[in-house]
Amino acid sequence: MLNYHFDWAIVTSGQYFEWLVSGVKVTIELSVVSIALSFILGLFIAVMRMSTIKPILWFSHAYLEFFRNTPLLVQIFFWYFGSYQILPQVANDWLNTVNFEFAAAVIALTIYTSAFIAEDIRSGVRSIPKEQMEAARSSGFSFLRSMQYIILPQAVRITIPPLINQFLNLTKNSSLAMTIGVAELTYQARQVESYTFKGFEAFTAATLVYLGMSIIITWLVTLYSKKVLNPMGVRV
Amino acid sequence: MTGLTDFNVIWDNFAHFMIGRYPSGPMGGVMLTLYLAFVSLVLSFFGGMILGLLCVSQNRIIRYPTLIVVNAIRGIPLLMVIFWMYFLLPAIMGGTVPESWTVIMALSIFTSTYMSQIVQAGIEGIPKGQTEAALSTGLHHWQAMLYIVLPQALRNMIPSFVNQFVSMIKDTSLAFIVGVSELTHVATQVNNRTMIYPAEIFLFISIIYFIICFAFTSLSRWLEMRLAWRKAI
Repeated sequence: MLNYHFDWAIVTSGQYFEWLVSGVKVTIELSVVSIALSFILGLFIAVMRMSTIKPILWFSHAYLEFFRNTPLLVQIFFWYFGSYQILPQVANDWLNTVNFEFAAAVIALTIYTSAFIAEDIRSGVRSIPKEQMEAARSSGFSFLRSMQYIILPQAVRITIPPLINQFLNLTKNSSLAMTIGVAELTYQARQVESYTFKGFEAFTAATLVYLGMSIIITWLVTLYSKKVLNPMGVRV
Repeated sequence: MTGLTDFNVIWDNFAHFMIGRYPSGPMGGVMLTLYLAFVSLVLSFFGGMILGLLCVSQNRIIRYPTLIVVNAIRGIPLLMVIFWMYFLLPAIMGGTVPESWTVIMALSIFTSTYMSQIVQAGIEGIPKGQTEAALSTGLHHWQAMLYIVLPQALRNMIPSFVNQFVSMIKDTSLAFIVGVSELTHVATQVNNRTMIYPAEIFLFISIIYFIICFAFTSLSRWLEMRLAWRKAI
């Protein structure tokens, strides 16, 4: 350790710097695509979880419990190695035309995160007074329509801080995609390490990028709570 | 789509999934997963307790640096922490460190920071009056914390601790990265050997993880209900 020569130049300029930058890009791309998809999926699951129809309720319950209680890494492996066995031919053909590693990571991250988002949305919905639903139903809206027009627009507003936190978790979780060869930040840091043996510098750079992202995202949550939720009278 | 055709691959390797090559070789599979989780749980319980107490310290010179370190570690992925340990531990210890200890240290440090948040919230959840009453009976500040606040706070923290333990069991799967032969690693080995049953294998191990984690999640819910009920009376 004492006779280790620090060489910060390799991670601040040149080829290895470009690798790290491309890694950051892939990390952001992966996180943004997955959060958008998992928000949509999570919304559906949350509505199903509040349904009064038993089979739908059971399905959503099983979905939530199963995907929240299994490791993300195993889910990533399942989709990466096993998708050809369980997806229909059409889907497999399509997956082979796109970047398959990336797609498998997106599928796994989306399904995993959607389970957490669904719970966040559900607790957001629970904070909307029940009378709103009753009022909506009695003015002739169906269950789904009252969700769509009355409950969800309010609930989603309250759910935004936990959602942004989920996005932060997702950014961190996306580092697991390196195990299946998605060239995101951690993957590139490791790549730089194995080409230059400058692991300390490479991982410091990657750590700082992750830290920067967390600080920005945490700051956004604080800002949102101050500017939007506090005026609404919601205490977070 | 070929579907899930043959679960014989599971039964043929069942012992391997459960205990690795245990009696004749090193332990692995579910056994090692649980071992990693339990050892890290114990270490991170104490780590979290110490960090949590430092985070609520009256002394700013202690509090601020601790808060910075805790939040910095919470801001990076566990995978990064594992890689850091992989580099730093041999440098610090001045020799090779077994991979399982790399993972245990990484998991313990990572989870300690999350535990410290639970401890902090737990301590802050105890009414101020308790500390004031303790101080006015002549106890020192740390005595008030140790004998009055902490025992009450700990009881409220138990469900969150159990939840954190569930996360930890899931996180042990990352030991795969540094080549520790816990359940996920065993699964990839079996998958590499058999080639054509990935869906069966990974579905099977996710069910095993699910059974273990769900048991603890249910325990935490039950504890939470019981605590709420005890508070109500």
